[in-house]
Amino acid sequence: MIEKKMITKHIGKIDPHSIEDYIKSGGYKMLEKALGMKRLDIHDEFEKSYLRGRGGAGFPVAVKLMALAQETAKPKYIVCNADEGEPGNFKDRYLMENNPHQILEGMLIAAYATGAKKGYIYIRGEFEQSMKTMKKAICDARKHNLVGPNIKESPFDFDIEIRSGAGSYVCGEEFALLESIEGKSGRTRVKPPFPTSVGLFGKPTLINNVETFATFPVIIDMGGEAYANIGTPSSTGTKLISLSGNIRNKGVYEVPFGVPMRKIIEELGGGVGEGRKIQMIQLGGACGPVIPEYMLDMVIDYERFEEFESKTGAGAIIVIDDRYDMFDILKRVSEFFTHESCGKCTPCREGNLHMLKTLRKFVDKRASEKDLSLLETQARVMHQTSLCGLGQTAPTAVISTLHYFRFGYLNRIEESTPEVR
Amino acid sequence: MPKIKINNMEINAETNETILEAARAHNFNIPTLCHYPDLDIKSDCRICVVELTGQKGLVTSCSTPVKDGMEIKINSPRALNARKAITEMILANHDANCTACVRNMNCELQRLSESLGITKNRFENVLEEKATDESNPSIVRNTNRCIKCARCIDVCKKVQDISVLDFVGRGQEIEVSPAFNKQLADVFCTFCGQCSAVCPVGAIMEKDATEPVWDAIHNPDKEVLVQVAPAIRVSLGEDLGLPLGSVVTGKIVAALKMLGFNKVFDTNFTADLTIIEEGHELINRMGESGRLPLITSCCPGWIRYAEHEFPDLLDNISSCKSPQQMFGALAKSYYAKREAIDPKDIYVVSIMPCTAKKYEAQRPEMSLNGEDPDVDAVLTTRELAKMIKQMGIDFDNLREQKFDKPDEVTSGAAAIFGATGGVMEAALRSVKEILEGRPLEKLDFDKVRGYEGIRETEVTIKGEMLKVAVAHTLANARKIAEEIRAGTSPYAFVEVMACPGGCVGGGGQPYGTTSEKARERIHSIYQVDRLMKIRKSHDNAAVMNLYSNYLGEPSGDLAHELLHTGYTNRRDT
Amino acid sequence: MDLVAVLEQFPREQTYLIEILLKYQSLKPTQHLNEDELKTVADHLDLPESHVYGVVSFYSFFSMSPRGRYIIQYCRDVPCHINDDFDVKASLEKQLGITTGQTSEDGMFTLEYSSCLGMCDQSPVIRVNDKVYPRVNEKKIKALIAECRSDCDD
Repeated sequence: MIEKKMITKHIGKIDPHSIEDYIKSGGYKMLEKALGMKRLDIHDEFEKSYLRGRGGAGFPVAVKLMALAQETAKPKYIVCNADEGEPGNFKDRYLMENNPHQILEGMLIAAYATGAKKGYIYIRGEFEQSMKTMKKAICDARKHNLVGPNIKESPFDFDIEIRSGAGSYVCGEEFALLESIEGKSGRTRVKPPFPTSVGLFGKPTLINNVETFATFPVIIDMGGEAYANIGTPSSTGTKLISLSGNIRNKGVYEVPFGVPMRKIIEELGGGVGEGRKIQMIQLGGACGPVIPEYMLDMVIDYERFEEFESKTGAGAIIVIDDRYDMFDILKRVSEFFTHESCGKCTPCREGNLHMLKTLRKFVDKRASEKDLSLLETQARVMHQTSLCGLGQTAPTAVISTLHYFRFGYLNRIEESTPEVR
Repeated sequence: MPKIKINNMEINAETNETILEAARAHNFNIPTLCHYPDLDIKSDCRICVVELTGQKGLVTSCSTPVKDGMEIKINSPRALNARKAITEMILANHDANCTACVRNMNCELQRLSESLGITKNRFENVLEEKATDESNPSIVRNTNRCIKCARCIDVCKKVQDISVLDFVGRGQEIEVSPAFNKQLADVFCTFCGQCSAVCPVGAIMEKDATEPVWDAIHNPDKEVLVQVAPAIRVSLGEDLGLPLGSVVTGKIVAALKMLGFNKVFDTNFTADLTIIEEGHELINRMGESGRLPLITSCCPGWIRYAEHEFPDLLDNISSCKSPQQMFGALAKSYYAKREAIDPKDIYVVSIMPCTAKKYEAQRPEMSLNGEDPDVDAVLTTRELAKMIKQMGIDFDNLREQKFDKPDEVTSGAAAIFGATGGVMEAALRSVKEILEGRPLEKLDFDKVRGYEGIRETEVTIKGEMLKVAVAHTLANARKIAEEIRAGTSPYAFVEVMACPGGCVGGGGQPYGTTSEKARERIHSIYQVDRLMKIRKSHDNAAVMNLYSNYLGEPSGDLAHELLHTGYTNRRDT
Repeated sequence: MDLVAVLEQFPREQTYLIEILLKYQSLKPTQHLNEDELKTVADHLDLPESHVYGVVSFYSFFSMSPRGRYIIQYCRDVPCHINDDFDVKASLEKQLGITTGQTSEDGMFTLEYSSCLGMCDQSPVIRVNDKVYPRVNEKKIKALIAECRSDCDD
């Protein structure tokens, strides 16, 4: 079985609403272990683990942890990015609804290691169930003296507050998220400075994804070196894959890095429906590359994805079979980004709309060679010059299809009305 | 000292410098658009992108600090193409009907587009036209030209601390707007015009007065008078090809005469008059333990601000009209009588560095007969420069002329009105000398000069210590006003100017005004003062003659009727 | 619950602006905010009105025009779209008798689209006010609409 349940090992075995269940299964023991460790040793374990952020950017966690620990300005904050809005991703919701305490435990370990006293969990406004579960978990943890002042009778204080999103995907971007918590519109900030030096309310802040924090207790448990032995050298440990689309067994699967995608789709996903063929797969989410079936032997690995000039994203795999028009798919992706762009920077604000208009021409069979060239320019400029990840990755689907499905574009131009061509 | 390379040339940069700063310090040009000195770095236009060797993607030079070993290519094909494409995208969502725009030939977007060699737009036009906001006498907003650089939002929020404007909406639908998509006349805008001064294009501008002024000049039945504000003489030259801070008083008079004004007067004259009136007001309040501190009233942006935000302090504000309005009142009473002209045939124009003055002129209180405004039209420095260019006048080569009598007699105290701290210093020169009954030993009150946001000093008058303060920008005015409201203010007299630097940094000044430029202009103004024969307002014999021949006593009945005004609580409207 | 009561539930700080607006809006049957209410909030938190209005106009959850008692949202993103060829949008529009963006005449339903609801493994998904309904089809939608109507009658 290619699944390796390290982060998700408790799921299905414990009642997510019961802190007692979690504790009975060994929950919060890793917090206890961490509280007994020297802080530098904790950082050492994370460095050895080479854990990379699981929200999409894949930035080494140990670097951010150490950066925050070294900051002297106070107070310091730990922020959990639970604003999972990337189409095709639902692993964070899965974790929050099924094992909320593991996330809290991760945040507590991070807070202890860095000297932070206050944490925020920013949850998608649409995730009503997750909010309920997380709220109850914090309440119960507080009753057990695991959140609040003097945790486990130590001098370590840490309190956590939940904040709700209000219908804006871009608030999953770390700076926009901070703006939102501060009571502002979710528009990203000028960078540098970065959150570990100037973050929430201008103070040093660590922001990480739900899955990342859920991994912290696992690393404290098995040690960084053992964690790094799983996966590949550039991408250690396991990844939660959200599998959806035209696939028999949709769901969240935990696999070590280095597993070929074909295996995930066929063995775990059960393949596509009867009489259907895989046309293309979108990886990571709407912000990810679209690849053809023959690329499926590629492994899930951050380094491999760098080759696409994109990231693994949050680990979604969306399987699209041969019933669908590629351009309709691309158009939908573009509509998403056009709707969600914050509007602050020119290339994303204007570029998304122009890309959408051009894609509509391909959908409507009104496209010319000039439109193809225009699309390439629009995509490249957005990708190279946008202020934040949204604008930079919005054109990834188009850029990848221009590479892998160029014949599709050329065919569509051929099919377009002669006057337009 | 980081060692970097720009376009293959080795440069020694400063630590923590941005790429843009390092480039400019070594004469490399990187085009920018949303960038503005004195305002926060926004990095949202993305025009200033450059390519770094060994890094994918492009970075904005305005926000990226230099690092040792960095290799920067300003005009690599990738960077150049990106800049062009982004500019075209801006143009595709912009009302590019340039010949109909006030910024034609003086527009940052035009300059950028031209410098990038853009002649065709790859992108189709996506502009959805919206109505312009012409609701108020001072400022016009045309969102069809807005490039969303957010400079206006920034200046209103950070410099003025008012936040009339903000982004509304998201993505492509984003718009710069007052709350609830209202018009400026319906929100707490002070009309200070700082937004119009920083706008790179023609999205926010002053309401045009050149058309009605041309009509009046060409109307043979009208006696058209023009008054020139203190700040103009050190500012107008910049818009007409002269160096920063050039003193061009005589040339302004000559140009105005060439434009066709019947009489050219100096607002400095009524500035001296203001000092006499306000000085006596201060003396009276000090004597009768009247309401202190006394706060100056010549800045209409401040007045409108106080009426909205601090109506409880309206009794602290001097009841004196501004020099502009005192002139208007005198023109339609004293001057009309003297020249035997029907006031209805007199058309008063003022040249001001200010947009709020257009609003001030329209206030219902600023009308002696209750129908016609005492000041009929206000032209900003920029508008006057335009008119001079329209007439093809070779400004630099004009022979200097003098203002018409009696205004040719003015003091240095009046001249410094244009600088922050100027009104305060002018008032102190007179008040101290009048109360102590002997000539001042030192004329310069250095402590009220300078550029810090709030400056204070102590002046001893007849053995008594008087604490005074000067504030410029409304953000600083708020701080002082809040202190006064709380009852903890130690001051007897406060000068407030809404604009940074005072009037030299006004909303109607030449485009590209920065604190650096304002400081230069202020420097010139103090030089003008130093070179004047008369340096104190009460030494202005022509002003004193006006009192003895016409007005009577300072603060007397007629003076009050013509030269004083009242204010309105606008908080709950 | 009136606005003042909601305001008193939170500390008087800007950081709670969105929480306050979300809470108050959800308590109103018309699920929208008006100018006076926003002015009160701005005044209470000592924020410029332009800022508060800017925030309300930025986030999709807020509306300045009255909406129905039940806001029905459907996801139009790729994972939901490519499932079982069931056209959620068409079904909802037909059954409710309104197009996306409209409110039914009886003030019961407003139809909106939502960006991905994070339930792609159970697509297609719709959201009715706070609750999310997975794996919907024609029948389920019909039942849901009926349930809303009967809840209202109670």
